[in-house]
Amino acid sequence: MTAPIIRVFAVIVVLFALLIAWTSRWTVFDAQSLRDNPLNARTVIDEEKIDRGEILADDGTVLARSVPGPDHTFTREYPTGALFSQTVGYSFVKTGQAAGLELSDGQYLRGVNTGISAIIGQLGGGTQVGDNVYTTLDTKAQRQALQLLAGRQGSVVALNLRTGAVKVMVSLPSYDDNNPDGACSLPSCTQVNYATQARDVPGSTFKVVTTTAALDSGMFTPDSVVDGKSPLLVSGVPLENDGNQDWGPQTVTTALTYSINTIYAQLAQDVGRATMTEYMKRFGFYSKPAIDLPPQELAASQPWTPSTPSRPYPPGSPNEDIGRIGIGQGGLLVTPLQMAMVAAAVGDNGTLMVPHLTDHVVNPDGQTILTIKPMVYSHVMKPSTAQAIGLMMRKVVEEGTGQAANLGNISVAGKTGTASIGATGSNLTEPWFIGFAPAENPQYAIAVTINQTDNGYGGVVAAPIASAVLQTLLSGQHG
Amino acid sequence: MTARNRELVGLIPASLLVTAGFAGVFIQRSNALSNISLTYGAIFLGLCLAGHMVIRATLPYADPYMFPLVALLSCFGIVMIYRIDSTYARQQAQWFVLGLILFAATIVGFRDYRKLERYRYTIAVVSLALLMLPRVPGIGDQVNGAYLAVHIPGVFEFQPTEFAKIGFVIFLASYLRDTRQVLVQGRRILGVTIPPLKYFGPVLVIWGLAMLILFALHDVGSSLMFYGALLAILYVATSRLSFVVVGVIAFGLGAWYIGAHVPHIYARVQEWLNPLNARLYHGEADGASSYQLANSLFAQAAGGMFGQGFGQATLTIPGTTSPLLPAPSTDMIYAVITDELGLFGASAVLIAYLMLIARGFKTAVLARDSFSTLLAVGLSSVLGLQVFVIVGGVTRVIPLTGVTLPFISYGGSSIIANLVLLALLLLVSDRARRPA
Repeated sequence: MTAPIIRVFAVIVVLFALLIAWTSRWTVFDAQSLRDNPLNARTVIDEEKIDRGEILADDGTVLARSVPGPDHTFTREYPTGALFSQTVGYSFVKTGQAAGLELSDGQYLRGVNTGISAIIGQLGGGTQVGDNVYTTLDTKAQRQALQLLAGRQGSVVALNLRTGAVKVMVSLPSYDDNNPDGACSLPSCTQVNYATQARDVPGSTFKVVTTTAALDSGMFTPDSVVDGKSPLLVSGVPLENDGNQDWGPQTVTTALTYSINTIYAQLAQDVGRATMTEYMKRFGFYSKPAIDLPPQELAASQPWTPSTPSRPYPPGSPNEDIGRIGIGQGGLLVTPLQMAMVAAAVGDNGTLMVPHLTDHVVNPDGQTILTIKPMVYSHVMKPSTAQAIGLMMRKVVEEGTGQAANLGNISVAGKTGTASIGATGSNLTEPWFIGFAPAENPQYAIAVTINQTDNGYGGVVAAPIASAVLQTLLSGQHG
Repeated sequence: MTARNRELVGLIPASLLVTAGFAGVFIQRSNALSNISLTYGAIFLGLCLAGHMVIRATLPYADPYMFPLVALLSCFGIVMIYRIDSTYARQQAQWFVLGLILFAATIVGFRDYRKLERYRYTIAVVSLALLMLPRVPGIGDQVNGAYLAVHIPGVFEFQPTEFAKIGFVIFLASYLRDTRQVLVQGRRILGVTIPPLKYFGPVLVIWGLAMLILFALHDVGSSLMFYGALLAILYVATSRLSFVVVGVIAFGLGAWYIGAHVPHIYARVQEWLNPLNARLYHGEADGASSYQLANSLFAQAAGGMFGQGFGQATLTIPGTTSPLLPAPSTDMIYAVITDELGLFGASAVLIAYLMLIARGFKTAVLARDSFSTLLAVGLSSVLGLQVFVIVGGVTRVIPLTGVTLPFISYGGSSIIANLVLLALLLLVSDRARRPA
C-alpha cells in the first residue's frame, strides 16, 4: 500500500502548494490593487495611524500638529485657526480632504521609513512618525496684514526677494483650518486661495512690467519723452487718463510717477506684442508659479478674451489689445502672488527667484533632512534696468501716487494701481499697491489688493497696508 | 540519540517561539516585559513538557517529530490568540490542559487501539448523531447560515464536527480493512470496476452523508473534509484510481446541484466568486455578504511579503469595537497571521502542517497491519484537508466555511479533538516503530 500512500500525500502537497500560491496572490501579486480598492477601509485607517509632522512658522509657532485619537490614530489640529487658512490648508484623512501645504508637503509630513527604522518597523511595529516642516511664513506680519485688510476681500503677499521665501500670504475670505467647511470670515465663503488663484485686474501696477519691456529692450530710457494727451485712440477705442487729464509731452519717469495711462499704452504698442509677451513670460506670466502649493490651488496670470465664456489668449495673440494690456487692462487677469513677483524681480536686480513656502524639513530625530535652496526662476532684465526702474518706483512713493506708502526713515519703491471694475460709469475699483523696501538695499517685495472698493485708490487704500507690513518685516529681521 | 530525546530537543523551537512571540506582543504594546507574560510562556512550555513526559512513559518508540510540531503550532496559536484577545488566550490554555488530559487518557485507554475496530458501527452511529446535533432545536446553533455548533447557554458550546471526523476515520479504516479485498472483485464495465453493492453500500452511505452535511448543515467545508478523507482511505485500501475519479465526479455533481439550489450555499458561492463586488460587500444582495472574505483578502494584502510585524494588524475600526476583520481568533486567524507575518510567516505555518502530515503518512507506510495504515492515512488526510478547507476558504481557493485551523485557532473542541487525533497517530506510530 506504499505507492498509494505516497500519491495521497502528493495530492495534499499539491493542495498546500495551492494555498501558498493563493496567499502569494493576495500578499504580493494582487496586493497593490487590493490596497487601492475603494472598499478597503485599511488604507484610510493606516493613514490615520501616521503621526504626521508639524507645520511651523519661521519663528517656531506651530501652525498644524497631530493630536492622538483612539486606537493609535491621530487627528490634525490647527492652533492658529484662520490665520494661514488656505496656505497651511488642512488634512482630514477620514473624509479624504486635504489642501494647501498639508497636501503639497504631505510626503514630508507623513514621513518615509527608511534604513534601520524601516527594519525595526517590520519586526516590532510602532507608529510611523512624520517629519516637521518649517515654513518661511512670518506670523507677526501675517497677523498684521490680516488686521489691516479688516475683513475686506483681498490679499497681501510678501516675499523675501533675495530668496523667494514667502513671508506673508493672506487671502480673504478665509476659513478656520480646523473646520474648513464651517462658517467662514466673509459671507461669500470660499476656499479659493485669493493670493494664488484670483483673477484680478492689475491696473497700473502692471506698468512696472511695461516699463521693464520698454527700458530693457533699449527702445526707451527713463528720460524718453512721450505725448501724454488724453483721450488717445487705442485699438479704435478712446483711452483716458485719470480725470481725462491731458499731460502733454512727459518723460517715462514722470509717466510712471503719476501713472499716465496714455503714455503707457503707447509704450506697450511701440514695444510690440512679441517683446511684451517675452517680458511677461520672464516675470512668470502665462504659467502657474512653481511655488510649493498644490497645482489645483494655483492660477496663471494672463490676458483673457472678452468673449463668453472667456478663455486665455495664446501668448502674443494678435487679437490682444496690447495698448490696454500695457496699463494692466485689456482682459489681463493676475494673481496677487504674480504681482509680488513683479516687484521682487525689480528689487532683486532683475533676477526673479522661485517663490517657496517650505524652508526646511526636520526628521523626528531632530536632523534637518532637507533645506530648500533659493532657486532662480529667470533673469528678467539687466541689473541696470532694474536699478533704473527701482529709482522710478521710489519717485512714485516720494512724489507721485504712492506717497501713502512712505515710511520716512525707510525708503519704499512701489507702484499703485486703481483698476476700474464693474460696468462703465460705476465707481467700483480694485486698489493695488506693489513695491519693495528698503529701496537702496531691497529685502522684501509686497503686493496688496482689495477686491472691490467704491472709488478707492490704490495709493490711498492699499499703499498704507503695504508700508505697514514692510516695516514689520524689516523690523523683525534678524542679523 | 533516542527518539524521546530527539522529541525533547524538538521542543526547543516551540519554547523559543513562545518566548519571542510574547516578547514581541509586549514590545508592540510598549509595556515592559511583565511577569504575567513570562508566566504564560512558562506554563505553556510546562504543559508541552508534561505531554512529552506522557509519551516518554507510554510510547517510547513513537515518532519523535509529531509532538514537537504540534507544540510549535499550539505555541504559535496561543501567541496569536493572546495578541488578539488575552482573555481568549487564558481560556485556550485551559482547553489545552483539558486536551492534554484527554490526550493522555487516549494513550493509556487505547494502548491497543485495534480494539476500536470492534466498536466501529457504534462509533459510526455516534459520529452521525454528533453531526446532526446542531440541527436539534434548542441546542443547535446557526452561525452565518451553517449549523456548526451545539450551544447550551451557560453550560457549554462545542463543535461536533471536530469529534465526528475522528470517529468517521476510525470507522472507514476499520470497514475498508475488512472489505478492501472484495471491493476490487466486482465486474468491470468500460474499464471501471463496479464493486459488489453489498460491500460498496456503506461507502455510498458516506457519500450520501457528505451530501447530507451539505444539504442539512449547509457546511461545504466539513463535507469536503469528510469526503476527501473517505477517498484517501478508499484509494489506499483498494489502489483503484477509478473509485477516486468516480467519487470526485459524484461529489462534484452533488455539490453543483446543492450549490445551485440551497440558497445559503448559493450565497457562499456568490461571495466566493465576487468578494469585491460592492453590493455583496455591503450585504445588499440577498442573504450574501462578502465583507468577511473581502477583508480577509485586504488583511493579506496589508501583510505583503514579510508582514506588518507581531501585533500590527488592524482588527477593529479605530475608535469603535466594530470588527474590521470578523472572527480574527477562529475562522480568520490565518488572515491575521498573513497580515502580521506576511507570505513568509504564513508559508512557514503551512510547511509546519505539511511536515506533521508527512510524519503521519510516514507512520502509515511503516505500519505493519492494514487497519493501522488506513487509520494513519485517514487521520493525516483529515488533518491536511481541514487545514486546506479553512486556509483555502480564507485565501479564496474554495468557498469559505467556518472550520478551525487545527492547534492554532481559538476553540476548545478543536484543540481537544486534535490532541486526541495526535494521540491516535502516536499510538499507531509507536506500534509501527517498535522493534520486532
